[in-house]
Amino acid sequence: MATLDERENYMDGNKLVNKFCELLGKENVFRDEADRLAYSYDAAVLDASLPSIVVRPTRSEALGQAVRLCNENALPVTIRGSGTNLSGGTIPSPGGVVILTTALNQILEINEEDLYAVVQPGVITAKFAAAVESKGLFYPPDPGSQAVSTLGGNVAENAGGLRGLRYGVTRDYVMGLEFFDVNGELVKSGARTVKCVTGYNLGGLLVGSEGTLGVFDKIILKLIPMPAARKAMMAVFSEVSKASETVSAIIANRIVPVTLEFMDNFTIRAVEDFAHVGLPVEAAALLLIEVDGHPAQVEEDAARVEELCRQMGAMRVHVAQDAQERDKVWEARRAALSALSRIKPTTVLEDATVPRSKIPEMIRSIDEISRKFQLTVGTFGHAGDGNLHPTILTDRRDKEEWTRVEQAIDAIFDRALALGGTLSGEHGIGIAKSKYLEKETSRATILYSRRIKAALDPKNILNPGKIIGG
Amino acid sequence: MSMYDMKKLAALVKELEDQLVVCMRCGMCQAVCPVFAETGREADVARGKLALLDGLIQEMFKDPKGVNERMMRCLLCGSCAANCPSGVKVLDIFLKARAILVGYMGLHPAKRIVFRGMLSHPRLFDSLVKSASRLQGIFVKPADDFLGTSCGRFSFPLADRHLKTFAPLSFHSSVNRFNTNGASGLKVGFFVGCMIDKIYPNIGHAVLNALEHNGVGVLVPDEQGCCGIPALSSGDLKTFHKLVRYNLERFSPGGFDCLVTACASCTSTIKLLWPMFAGELSDAEKSRMQELAEKTIDISQFLVERTGLVTAASAHEGEKALLSYHDPCHLKKSLGIAAQPRRILRANSRYIFKEMSEADRCCGCGGSFNLQYYGISASIGKRKRDSIVKSGCSTVATSCPACMLQISDMLSQAGKRIEVKHAIEIYADSLE
Repeated sequence: MATLDERENYMDGNKLVNKFCELLGKENVFRDEADRLAYSYDAAVLDASLPSIVVRPTRSEALGQAVRLCNENALPVTIRGSGTNLSGGTIPSPGGVVILTTALNQILEINEEDLYAVVQPGVITAKFAAAVESKGLFYPPDPGSQAVSTLGGNVAENAGGLRGLRYGVTRDYVMGLEFFDVNGELVKSGARTVKCVTGYNLGGLLVGSEGTLGVFDKIILKLIPMPAARKAMMAVFSEVSKASETVSAIIANRIVPVTLEFMDNFTIRAVEDFAHVGLPVEAAALLLIEVDGHPAQVEEDAARVEELCRQMGAMRVHVAQDAQERDKVWEARRAALSALSRIKPTTVLEDATVPRSKIPEMIRSIDEISRKFQLTVGTFGHAGDGNLHPTILTDRRDKEEWTRVEQAIDAIFDRALALGGTLSGEHGIGIAKSKYLEKETSRATILYSRRIKAALDPKNILNPGKIIGG
Repeated sequence: MSMYDMKKLAALVKELEDQLVVCMRCGMCQAVCPVFAETGREADVARGKLALLDGLIQEMFKDPKGVNERMMRCLLCGSCAANCPSGVKVLDIFLKARAILVGYMGLHPAKRIVFRGMLSHPRLFDSLVKSASRLQGIFVKPADDFLGTSCGRFSFPLADRHLKTFAPLSFHSSVNRFNTNGASGLKVGFFVGCMIDKIYPNIGHAVLNALEHNGVGVLVPDEQGCCGIPALSSGDLKTFHKLVRYNLERFSPGGFDCLVTACASCTSTIKLLWPMFAGELSDAEKSRMQELAEKTIDISQFLVERTGLVTAASAHEGEKALLSYHDPCHLKKSLGIAAQPRRILRANSRYIFKEMSEADRCCGCGGSFNLQYYGISASIGKRKRDSIVKSGCSTVATSCPACMLQISDMLSQAGKRIEVKHAIEIYADSLE
């Protein structure tokens, strides 16, 4: 694929730049090399790739027209929100076009009667959640990057978060989508109703498609009432196996907490060194648990969870007595990634996921793998939904160690798949994991996906190379 | 072909590599950067700038100008560093990068005149300001008597702003060889700083009053110099070191228990940046500087933590006014000082204290950022102004004269008659 720079030499490159300027306004077309470099990466530990041009539509029609312009000129295009992707999904093709959604950031409607909201793709997740909450409603998906991530990005990646166990993930809240196809034509799917069987479930295809099949213009999101009460607690274990077996026991007892988070000893010590929140550094593992719902039910569930923790061998269980204590429990969890990332220059945050009953085995395997490849690994994450985050601490500049890191990642994936799990719980496949896709699925799955892609995007301009390679 | 040897520059920037790799590109700085909130451009937020510096090391650029320009488009407010999950020392890196780029590309001619010609010669600087304070009436006319701001009489650069003009009588010309002892036995040195000396001498007098009431002895050495932050933030290490040396001669750390300042920027510069950029100082100078840095303390922190904080004998009865407080970045984000100024404000019973929303959001001044990027600076300032107005206060206090200047400009331009005061003025008023 020729870059825009090369095109300038023999084609109508400047004409194309002018067309973008006419369409979007000069102030929304970035060509300067410093600007382009600033859109060459995302949060994944991968090599950067320089786009030729970065554009920022401020009207939804202009977004469609910009996509069309790219298609007419066979230019690869990567849609970008806040660039917090952890699998390279927002790293552009070399010489491609980056289209920013950040200026399309209006909450178009919050409907309190019918419990839905309509948003543009560039709305910041946390701002949306706060706007919804101010009306006594609840939008549960809370990915770790929610303070900056965009809803468009969340939908494109089918983002998860801490509340996945009880409330599900982004997919479970997408009621409808309006998106542009490669020709800039608007496609509509879903509705503002709870029930809708009109036409193909195109939304289902687009959610988690990582910008490879269409470009979101409007998203209809489901809202739910805010739970009236919640209660958090921390259970301390002397053995990892006891903690992980407790996770299974809670679920087996038909209690579904909002969050059920795990932290290993390495992470506990890192958090305590960093945040001094009074964690038990001698503990082999911690479970951080929160239940919510009707006040009476919350009391009952909390008491049963506490009892189960003790039965399963917890050394101590501390139930937060007020909002302040609750905040402290979650402060420890929120500090986990920060604390780990300060130990070494490069932080590789993995998210291979297993059926939750396999959590004890997965934790054992991660431990074996980190010893085998002599790596520093802190493990924490969403134990309740089987989505652990083994976090490898390394220095990418150390080539020898980096090779071992890559081998360890392979081994973690192999193990997760052997346990009936999946490559990625919430970070996406992007370019980081596309080479592993066949291991989990099949050759036929990839070919089937590629046929869909080829039919919808014949010139392969929409985020090429992501998910299915090619 | 570029006139710059990018290989050579890459080698210089490589010095920052170990600090640069700490950034994991998570992008959380986007949530808090005031400049990014206005422009939405990745090259304006810390993650983008750190990537650009990395780009210099990788020799990705034909020319350093684009990166240099982006490096200057930063308030140095430290919001990103204060919220960085992986603890990137953003301010360190940016100041060092500015010094490297200026060392390599040369200092902007206008800055060369101001820093090397004026700022680094405190006596000359004083007399220039003195002349200017007599002549400024020709150029400016009062904009708002209540706020004490002025604007241009005719069109010239800066004419659209509502500025505070130079005071007719600077602080230093009214307190000669000031040296007292107090009943408490505590003695402080007072580092005045340029803005208090030349624009807000009342703050200096309030500091002296407050200290006197608390039985603290004060030494105010004559002919003090600038703390060096304007030069350092423009990458001019030469002027910065000259000023550090100059001040080291004026202040003998043995002569007092603490070095008190009432300017958040001066405090954080002496306390954090002098040691960090000690560079070419001799070992003897370094140890003196280290001692001075350790003794440096914000006036409100000093009063709250080191004295009994005397309050007025009788509480004010009758009508009370609403008072709010803006946290200067260099006090809260750099030094973690936020409770102490509020403590001294509450000591004045004539006011009812009310928090504004986003009290610790940057006011947008950023020193020379305000001169270079007034448009962005003003839109950030307007958000601060709106928070102040919404709080319903009739007086807004802060702990940094640079913030006061920006806030006065914003309020004055909007015709909002809200008094702008330093926290120490409010406290000192209560003692009279």
